[in-house]
Amino acid sequence: MFSIRFLKIWVGGAILALLFVCGLGAPWLAPHDPQAQTLEDRLKPPRWTESGSPAYLLGTDNLGRDMLSRIIYGSRISLLVGMATVVLAGLIGCALGATSGYFGNATDEIVSKISEIFLAFPFLLIAIAIMAFLGQGVVNLIFALMLSRWVQYCRVVRGEVLSLRERDFVTAAKALGGRDFYVLLRHVVPNTFSSITVIATFAMAVVIIAEASLSFLGLGVPVHIPTWGSMLSEGRSYINRAPWLTIFPGLAIFVTVFGINLLGDGLRDIFDPKLRRQR
Amino acid sequence: MNAIRRRLLGAIPVLLGISFLIFLLMHIAPGDPVTLLLGDDATPEDIARTRHEWGLDRPIVVQYWEFLTRAVTGDFGRSLKFNEPVMKLVAERLPATIELGVASMMVAIVIAIPLGVYSAIKHNSLLDHAGMSVALIGVSLPNFWLGIMLIYFLGGQLNLLPVAGRIEYGIDVRPITRLYLLDSLIAANFAAFWSALQHLLMPAFTLGTSLAAIVTRIARSSVLEVMRQDFITTARAKGLSEKVVIWRHILRNALITIITILGLQLGALLSGSVITETVFSFPGIGDLLIQSISARDYKLTQVLILFFAVMYFVVNLLVDLLYSWIDPRIKLS
Repeated sequence: MFSIRFLKIWVGGAILALLFVCGLGAPWLAPHDPQAQTLEDRLKPPRWTESGSPAYLLGTDNLGRDMLSRIIYGSRISLLVGMATVVLAGLIGCALGATSGYFGNATDEIVSKISEIFLAFPFLLIAIAIMAFLGQGVVNLIFALMLSRWVQYCRVVRGEVLSLRERDFVTAAKALGGRDFYVLLRHVVPNTFSSITVIATFAMAVVIIAEASLSFLGLGVPVHIPTWGSMLSEGRSYINRAPWLTIFPGLAIFVTVFGINLLGDGLRDIFDPKLRRQR
Repeated sequence: MNAIRRRLLGAIPVLLGISFLIFLLMHIAPGDPVTLLLGDDATPEDIARTRHEWGLDRPIVVQYWEFLTRAVTGDFGRSLKFNEPVMKLVAERLPATIELGVASMMVAIVIAIPLGVYSAIKHNSLLDHAGMSVALIGVSLPNFWLGIMLIYFLGGQLNLLPVAGRIEYGIDVRPITRLYLLDSLIAANFAAFWSALQHLLMPAFTLGTSLAAIVTRIARSSVLEVMRQDFITTARAKGLSEKVVIWRHILRNALITIITILGLQLGALLSGSVITETVFSFPGIGDLLIQSISARDYKLTQVLILFFAVMYFVVNLLVDLLYSWIDPRIKLS
C-alpha cells in the first residue's frame, strides 16, 4: 500500500540516485570542463536572468568557470567521501561492536574505553583536529571522517549483539557445534543489518555536510578539486555581486542531504516497529 | 558526591587519551612546523636552534610529559602566531563563544519546544506533517550556507543587521565578564547593548536552527511517548480537562527528556560554533581555532582542541547532574 513512508523512500531514493548519476556520469553530463577558465565570461549570471549567457545555465564564477559543470563534478567528492566513509567506518565499527558485544570481558572493556575517548569529543571537531594536522587531501579527509564516525556503528551494534547473544537461536547454533566466529557472522551479525542500514543512511547525510563544512573551512580536499563546500567558500567574497556562486552549491548540498535524510526516515519507519506504532 | 568523584576520576584516562592522540597527530603531521614558521630563508642552524628552544628535538614521550606537567599548572605556553600566552587568548575569546552558545540555545528552545509539542498533540494531522517537514529541512540545512544566505538577504539586500564582528567599531564596553550583552547592561550602556544584540542575532539564529531541528523531533517523540502512558489515561478518566492533562501531566513529564537532549546538544553547539564564528567573523574560540590552523600555529591548535574536549566533558557532566536533579528516579551512577 502506498503510504507517506514509502513516499519518503521513493523521493529520498530518487535524490540519492541522482547524486550517483551525477557523480558517475560527470564527464558526460557536464556541459563544460569544470576547470576551464574563460576570463571574458567571468561572473556571468544564470541563463534566465537579463544578462545571462545561454552557454552557462547556472552562470560562471570569478574565473569564468561554468557553475553547473563544477556542481556536477562536485557531487563526485560528496559521493566518494560519503560512500567511502560510511563503508569503512561501518566495517570497523561493526567489527569492533560485534566482537566486543559477543565476547564481552576484556575485549569489551578495551573497545568500550577506546569508544569513550572518541565519544568524549564532538564528531566534527575530531575531523577538524585530524585535518588540521594531516593537511588537505581526499584520503586524509576520508580517514578523518571515518575515524570520527566508526564509534556510532560500534555502539549500536554492540548493544544489539549484547541482546542477540542471549537469544535461543544463538544458543541452538552453539549447541549444534557452531564455532563462535561462525555463530557471530552467520547468525548474530545479519540480525543487526536493519539498524546498520538506518545508521549508514543518516551517517551519509552527516558525512556529506561534514565534508562540505571542512572544505568550506579550507580543511577538505585540495582547492583545485571542485567541491560544493569550497565553491561556497570561494563564492562568499562575491556574495553581493554574484549571489549565484553561493546559492547553487548550497542548494546542491541541501537537496542531497534532505533526500538522504528522507530516505533514512523512511527506512527507520519501516525497520522500527516501535515507531510504526507511534504513527 | 561519590558519583561525581567517580565521573571525574573516570574522565582522567579519557582526557589523557585525547591529549596523547592530539600530541601524536601533531608529530606525525607532514611538514615541520619550525620550517613552516621560519620560512624558506631559514638556515639549518636557525631551524636547529628553534627546534631546541621549543624542545622539539627531545623524544616525544618527554615532550608529552612536559606538556602535561605544564598543563596541570595552567601554563600552555605561548601562541606562535599571536606571540601571547595561550590562556590569555582563550580567556579573551571564550566569553564570545559562551554568549553565542547561550543565544543559540534560546533560539532553539523558542522554535523547537512549541513546534515539537504542538506536532505531537496534533499528531498525524496536516500541521504535524508540516512541523516535521520543517524539522527535516532544518536538519538538512548546512548551517554555514544558512549563515551566508542570511548575510546576503538580511545584511546585504535589506541592510537590517550587521554581518560581521561582535560589536560596532568605536563602541567600547568596559570588560567585567566579557559577555558584551551582560557587561553593557551592567554599565547601563544601551547603545552597546543594542549593537551587541544586533551582531549576535544572525550567528545565533544560524547556529540555533540546526539544534532546533533536532530538538523538535525529540520533543515530538517524547510527548508522544508520555501521551501513551497509563497515567495519562487515568488523568483523562478522572475527568480532567484536556488543557490540564496537557500542561500538568504530559508536558511536565516530557520536559525531562527535552531538557536533557538540549543539554547534550551543547556539545554539538561547540562544533557548530567553529563554522558559524568563521562565517560571521565572530571572535570566539572557534574562530581562533581556524585562525591557528591557517597560520599553522600547532601549539595553539593543540591546546584549543584539548580545551574543546574538556568543555564538552564538563558540559556533559553538568547535564548528567541536572538530569538526576530534575528526575530523582535517575541515579548518576
